[in-house]
Amino acid sequence: MSDTPFPASTEALRRLREDPHRLGHGGHPVRRAQPGTGQGDTGPASKRVIVGYGFWIFLLSDFVLFACFFATYAVLHGATAGGPTAAQIVDPTRVAIETTALLLSSFTCGLSFAATNAKNKLWTQVFLAMTGALGLVFVLLELQEFIGLAQQGATPQRSAFLSAFYALVGCHGLHVTVGGLWLATMMAQLQVKGFRREIMHRLVCFNLFWHALDIIWVALFSVVYLMGAAP
Amino acid sequence: MSHVEFDPRQYEHELDRREDHAPGDEPQESAGHWVRNYVIGLGFAAILTIASFWAAATHLIWGPAVPVAIGVLAIGQMGVHLVFFLHITTGPDNTNNILALAFGTLVVFLILGGSIWIMTHLNHNMMPAEQLMQMRQ
Repeated sequence: MSDTPFPASTEALRRLREDPHRLGHGGHPVRRAQPGTGQGDTGPASKRVIVGYGFWIFLLSDFVLFACFFATYAVLHGATAGGPTAAQIVDPTRVAIETTALLLSSFTCGLSFAATNAKNKLWTQVFLAMTGALGLVFVLLELQEFIGLAQQGATPQRSAFLSAFYALVGCHGLHVTVGGLWLATMMAQLQVKGFRREIMHRLVCFNLFWHALDIIWVALFSVVYLMGAAP
Repeated sequence: MSHVEFDPRQYEHELDRREDHAPGDEPQESAGHWVRNYVIGLGFAAILTIASFWAAATHLIWGPAVPVAIGVLAIGQMGVHLVFFLHITTGPDNTNNILALAFGTLVVFLILGGSIWIMTHLNHNMMPAEQLMQMRQ
């Protein structure tokens, strides 16, 4: 890796000193400490990394929360008490449109983050607005589904299966709604404050949150809608 | 907030590529790299989604295998989201992210597997409701 004229043993010792756990793929220069950056020989990671990692831990705890709702749904799936079954309340067309909207919103959210890293305010805002619009389409379709079901008498009180169904799907819908409010707040903050460091950190977190919602929706449409609708 | 307003990214060229990265973040890349990543991710996710919906609707697949197919496609799509949207990699800079994800996945599987396993057995051992009513009379 290095073109230093040292003998091989010296080179090996140097590598061991700089990278005792052999994490790197090659030799690295010794990093000198940089004031205020948290970067240096022994300094902690930068704030951006710490904030993002902390939010990642929160998201994993959110996955655990959803796992509880999924487990409840799986256990109560057959407890219809003579009411409608999963296959009877699923509308595949609406689910397909919802899935498309959420996947595209995840994509535009990613593009907004690419624009954020290029420090391009206009495109960040444009892609964030598209993300919000697609999220709104998703939430409205889900509301329409819930209202339609309630009109047919399939309310959460009807059976244990429907309670679990509304709890699981509703919890995800609530996450998307809250995410949409967060998105609107971020657009306003970005407009007023610009690409400040803390705004960038919040955008990192929002980006993570929105992608995580799409991951949960993948599990949701597969388990609740597709497996439920299967004969 | 730190009392020193300091932008670490202005030292980016001096930073070590080994530095840990947060999920979803990937410094030192151009916007084109990001966009390409997201386009590839969208492509894979779209293919897997369409495959899931097709598997649910078709009669070509043997009935009991349909949920298995949907489950496999869903796990595959989650992997695509993690790699292309959340930028989780196997690199040394992602060790912390991967470890946290592994622990989260373990808890999720314990909750799901444990609940379904126990409740199915409980359900199996329960007396049918009609029989219970007869005993009370």
